[in-house]
Amino acid sequence: MGLQIIKPDTKIDFIGAKGKAFIVSAVLILLGLGSLIMNGGPKYGIDFAGGIVVQVKFDKKVDVKAVKGALEDAKLPGLVVQSFGHDDDNEILLRTSSSEISSSEVRDNISAGLESGLKGTGFEIQRLEMVGPKVGADLRTKAIEALYFAVLLIAIYISGRFEQRWFAAAIMAGGLFAGISALQLLGMSTTVLIFGALFITVGLCWYLKLNYALGAIVALIHDILITVGIFSLLGKEFDLTIIAALLTIIGYSLNDTIIVFDRIRENLLGKISDSLAETINISINQTLSRTILTSGTTLLVVAALFALGGGVIHDFALALLIGVGVGTYSSIFVASPILLGFGPSAIGDDREEAEAA
Amino acid sequence: MNGSLRWKIILTLLVVVFGVAYLLPSLPAVQNSGMASILPDDKISLGLDLKGGIHLTLGVDMDKAMDNNLARMGDDLKAVAREEGVIVLKPKVLKGERIEAVLLKEAQKEKLEKLVKDSFGNLTILSTAVKPDGKVTYVFAPTPEYKKYLTKLTMDQAIKTIRNRIDQFGVAEPDIRKQQGNRIQVQLPGMQDPERAIKIIGKTAHLEFKLVDEGADLEKAQKGIVAPGREVTVIRHRLPDGSYVEKPIVLKKDAMLTGEYITDAQTRFDQFNQPYVTLNFNSRGARIFERVTGENIKRQMAIVLDGKVYSAPTIQDKIAGGRASITGSYTTDEAHDLAIVLRAGSLPAPVKILEQRTVGPSLGQESIDKGISAAIAGSVLVLIFMLAYYGFAGFVADVVLVLNVVLILAGLAAFGATLTLPGIAGIILTIGMAVDANVIIFERIREELRRGLTAKAAIVEGYSRATLTILDANITTVIAAVILYQFGTGPVRGFAVTLTLGILTSMFTAIFVTRILFELYTSKRAADAPLNI
Repeated sequence: MGLQIIKPDTKIDFIGAKGKAFIVSAVLILLGLGSLIMNGGPKYGIDFAGGIVVQVKFDKKVDVKAVKGALEDAKLPGLVVQSFGHDDDNEILLRTSSSEISSSEVRDNISAGLESGLKGTGFEIQRLEMVGPKVGADLRTKAIEALYFAVLLIAIYISGRFEQRWFAAAIMAGGLFAGISALQLLGMSTTVLIFGALFITVGLCWYLKLNYALGAIVALIHDILITVGIFSLLGKEFDLTIIAALLTIIGYSLNDTIIVFDRIRENLLGKISDSLAETINISINQTLSRTILTSGTTLLVVAALFALGGGVIHDFALALLIGVGVGTYSSIFVASPILLGFGPSAIGDDREEAEAA
Repeated sequence: MNGSLRWKIILTLLVVVFGVAYLLPSLPAVQNSGMASILPDDKISLGLDLKGGIHLTLGVDMDKAMDNNLARMGDDLKAVAREEGVIVLKPKVLKGERIEAVLLKEAQKEKLEKLVKDSFGNLTILSTAVKPDGKVTYVFAPTPEYKKYLTKLTMDQAIKTIRNRIDQFGVAEPDIRKQQGNRIQVQLPGMQDPERAIKIIGKTAHLEFKLVDEGADLEKAQKGIVAPGREVTVIRHRLPDGSYVEKPIVLKKDAMLTGEYITDAQTRFDQFNQPYVTLNFNSRGARIFERVTGENIKRQMAIVLDGKVYSAPTIQDKIAGGRASITGSYTTDEAHDLAIVLRAGSLPAPVKILEQRTVGPSLGQESIDKGISAAIAGSVLVLIFMLAYYGFAGFVADVVLVLNVVLILAGLAAFGATLTLPGIAGIILTIGMAVDANVIIFERIREELRRGLTAKAAIVEGYSRATLTILDANITTVIAAVILYQFGTGPVRGFAVTLTLGILTSMFTAIFVTRILFELYTSKRAADAPLNI
């Protein structure tokens, strides 16, 4: 036999630690939400806010201040200068608003400003991205829709697959769709829509006793909130690739949760214990080895991406790094306690129904 | 070896051969060797973020297009009415997609309304107002179906024109497609001069020939005082030092001829090596041009492109044969680009750049290099870890992990998918997640071994119990990826494609192929031999 990190007879009382886990999660979520409120919402990158981003590579080390000074007279509205990527890349990222100025003017002004202001330093404009305000707003709406559909479809899949209650799952889909359409008709903002959608989903799961779906969805909302919160705390921007990362985190977090849930269901059918809490605890311990190994290998490669992947992919890798870590934690400490809290689960119900019939 | 195992091995070998055959053409070393001729032609196409190039989202000004269309309909109405002896003054386009036309004699009201009903089914009469002087003011609006039709027509025409222009510009593999609403997406890989590309794509290229009002008072005109039917614009002169000056010029508003009759445009050089553009008209255009020039000898005719006068030569004689030239003061590049836009035709409405992303080739190469080094570092760490943790089983997992990466890359090539920077990240992420299925199976086998099962029985039990779990877990990730594909553009789509492909191939390799390797391994050994897992 090969190595073992988790000994076969390990019995950690995860369910017993749910109080502490709850505090940890609550603190992380509140910190993130606090930061979001303080900043007046997420900090949007140009994909969502519109504007112009220019990435410039210099042939030797330059100071952010020197670049700023060189571009002082370049007539670039709302210019922001920041260093980019690794230090030895000598790269600078410039941001400016696009409403008053065209992208070709920006390119010309930057070239002229750097040529006269930083004599003797060679540079190359490597990337220029301009997103108009209209496109930005559209991309924002689309991104939110994507997150919403992901949650919805996954909720339906879990309810149907795990509890064999496709009918209840269909009712939930219908209810959610009706609720969102109503909010849209009332002309609510997208922020209200997301929270509305989440509220309706969680409410319907609870009302229809779709407890597996409830646990999984609360866990993934938890993961998204914490990842978004940490991003806000770190002052990182949200753009299209971060949304891609968030959707991946949703998929990954559920992947983890489902493995644990699958084992719980198997153990409930096998009746290894009379207590639901103990069954859950045993199931988590049985799958713990797998959970840690898979998260470990995934974190390993994402860390490699974070360290070596280059500036453009850096924040994307960071989001994955946070999300994979939090997703692993939540499948153990969030999803399972919720399943316990809202038990007896559907399997118990099924059995009662079977006995009654 | 039993029969089903043999078939499984054959299937796997076929997949491996397919994978390698589709992967090889993407490797630079293979592309230049003799092998290239026997391999498939499909290569992994790189996204703009890796290859460098320009991505543009253009918005067609639909309001303007609609106004142009309505103006044309109004002119038609006036002309058709005149043929019937009904006098209608030149119709005006109003705000809100309406046309106003004035009928001179109230007595002809019925005749006009019948004519509109019979010949202009696309127009509905919104209101009529009879004036005291006997004139009748009509307001028309296009029907909703016609508006829809015009919108589609405008978009198709705009896309066709842009495609023509880009084709003539000589960009390899341009990608032009309609987006939702009035948007067009243009991708020009490898194109390094965004300014010039944008100028060529964005020019409406509405060419008109108009008579110059030589008697007009330029000073008054500059103050905005012009006679009816006249308009002020500018004519550009290039000075010897290369700079330009613009002078005002007064034109008669009605165009004598427009660019729609042009069949060809070429750049030529005169005896002073100054570039100019020659135009060829089709037979109808040639007839009009001959008539117009014949009627206006010794007068100045302005050549107007997108509202700007390029030159205003004096007509020396009647010009037959359907040829004309635009001399003017521009550089060779400008003349060349002017010929391109004239040849490709005019856009039905102005376009605006809504989104522009330009990536230089050096950044693209750097992204590829960094992505590859991250992928190699991550993979090596995972390979070593699996080998150390699971022994022989870890080796099996490593073999299929390598196969998995080969299959993802081959799949990208075979399906014509585009590899983007986030796509590379997707592959790297898949490498981390790919071992998941194997970990689930191996842990299960370990559990079964601990319960006292023999190696063979534990393998059978482990696979059968783990398979459904793996399917469940991966389907949610596929759902997320499919949604990503639906909503995402460019690079994000690339990520979704590689992620989905990665999940599918990893399920095949981790569930199907590893089992074959295990069965082969155990089939040669004693039934009670321990399993290194």
